Amino acid sequence: MAEKILMKGNEALAEAAIQAGCLRFFGYPITPQTELAAYMAKRMPKIGGTYLQAESEISAINMVQGAAAAGVRAMTSSSSPGISLKTEGISYMCGADLPALIINVQRGGPGLGGIQPSQSDYWQATKAPGHGDLHILVFAPSSVQEMADLVGHAFDTADKYRMPAMILADGMLGQMMEPVELKSGDNAAKQDKPWAACGHENKREHNIVNSLYLQANELEAKIKERFERYKIIEDNETMCDEYMMEDAEYVVVAYGASSRIARAAVREARRNGIKAGLIRPITLWPFPKKDIAAAAKNAKAFLCVEMSMGQMVDDVRLAIECSRPVSFFGHTGGIIPDPAEVLAEIEKLSGGAK
Amino acid sequence: MLKKLTIVCGHYGCGKTNFALNLAADAKKTGQPVTLVDLDIVNPYFRSGDYREFLERNGITVITPWSAGTTLDSPSLTAQMFSVFDREGYVIFDVGGDDVGASVLGRFSKLFESQPEYSMLFVINKYRHLIAAPEDAAQLLAEVEAASKLRATGLINNSHLCTQTVAEDILASVDYALGVAEKTGLALLATTAPKSLADELNGKIENLYPVDVIVKLLWNT
Repeated sequence: MAEKILMKGNEALAEAAIQAGCLRFFGYPITPQTELAAYMAKRMPKIGGTYLQAESEISAINMVQGAAAAGVRAMTSSSSPGISLKTEGISYMCGADLPALIINVQRGGPGLGGIQPSQSDYWQATKAPGHGDLHILVFAPSSVQEMADLVGHAFDTADKYRMPAMILADGMLGQMMEPVELKSGDNAAKQDKPWAACGHENKREHNIVNSLYLQANELEAKIKERFERYKIIEDNETMCDEYMMEDAEYVVVAYGASSRIARAAVREARRNGIKAGLIRPITLWPFPKKDIAAAAKNAKAFLCVEMSMGQMVDDVRLAIECSRPVSFFGHTGGIIPDPAEVLAEIEKLSGGAK
Repeated sequence: MLKKLTIVCGHYGCGKTNFALNLAADAKKTGQPVTLVDLDIVNPYFRSGDYREFLERNGITVITPWSAGTTLDSPSLTAQMFSVFDREGYVIFDVGGDDVGASVLGRFSKLFESQPEYSMLFVINKYRHLIAAPEDAAQLLAEVEAASKLRATGLINNSHLCTQTVAEDILASVDYALGVAEKTGLALLATTAPKSLADELNGKIENLYPVDVIVKLLWNT
């Protein structure tokens, strides 16, 4: 067993990526993600890797695209406004079937917004991380340990399905410190990438990495093929965690830092005799529809807790086909909900403290 | 450990702020006025300025960068800073992490040196990845000293694993702290432990400094 060390979320993401065999990092600093880039700047030169601070987020994502096209495990990281800039490159990578990891340590938006934690990029990450018919894998860790654990998994899953993956964190997770055990280095599963443009040495036809199609029917066929793959992912790669859900009548759905707050509130509600439970999506795309639908059998009502204006609420409603009321509680703009506020909402749903 | 002017510096995330808050609260018990200066102009998260209410409740004067309490990410100080060198009682400076955070001290190095006494405490934590080897901690100290144009006067072993800290973790950190002391030539002035573990560690650790855990996450209260 590896020893426990104390890490910030941002550092854990960086070190876990190195442990997962990612030696190419391209980025541009932005609060509250900067420690990730700073960590890479310190560590990469010592281990023969590349840390490159690009002149902008757009350059950084295009460097990732180039590295990915050459079959190299590469990543970038940013925070909300920077991710908006990267969406063009993300779409191009989806269109060219390129795997890479993009990290978003969310802050308040829209626009420059603020530098405090937020989850208001849920729609962007899960619905439209770029233009076109596309999805990317979206993972939402809720602890520093899970941030570390999901990095390698995100890289591997991205490679397996040839598509970009995103870790959707927030300023709270990025900045906070928790003990973590890092898995040691050899999980950098070397994926065979016969499609990579990495030099044919006159031994094979040259590979083309491209997202431009001159014939509409070719493009449609390509997209349909990709959507077949998305279906397989929805069936096989969904992840979610449940807490006190066995007999839960009041189901809180929350992810990331909000789920830590919701968990504390659910625990307190149980102490007060309310049958509360928590479903915590770990993958936001694919969304754990089946798990949430299953919870509706016992549930009387659902409550989404988010650091946004309630961007996940409709996904929960769709998952349960609107069979139960779904309400929302949260704060936005950089304010973190308090466990006591969430408890009050659960009590309201259940008709008061028992 | 505590001088009229006390600078608290070290690696980011090693627990400087929690240590500085405790030091300020304990200094107040002497009956003298105490001022805490939040000098962290690098990272707007988890800083002593966020604990204004705790400090003021304890009768401690707080001086923060003018942008503190807002989300402005601006490396600038308040002119009020200069008043602290003429103040009565104790002044504690909570400095930002690493050499980047310490570079703000460079601006004041001559003022510090003109004072009759000051201490500069370098806080270490065995469980922080980038300073987990004594030579890495010593290297960081050299960078902090170069940036601040000041010399550290002692070490504080603040090794912990947040809420998961047990007495064994702290006991196991003493050798590390002595290793850093040997590499840096600094005296190990204290080893901190949460007050909940103090009884268990009493008599087993030299210069044990029991602290309240003031800096914590919302869901761990």
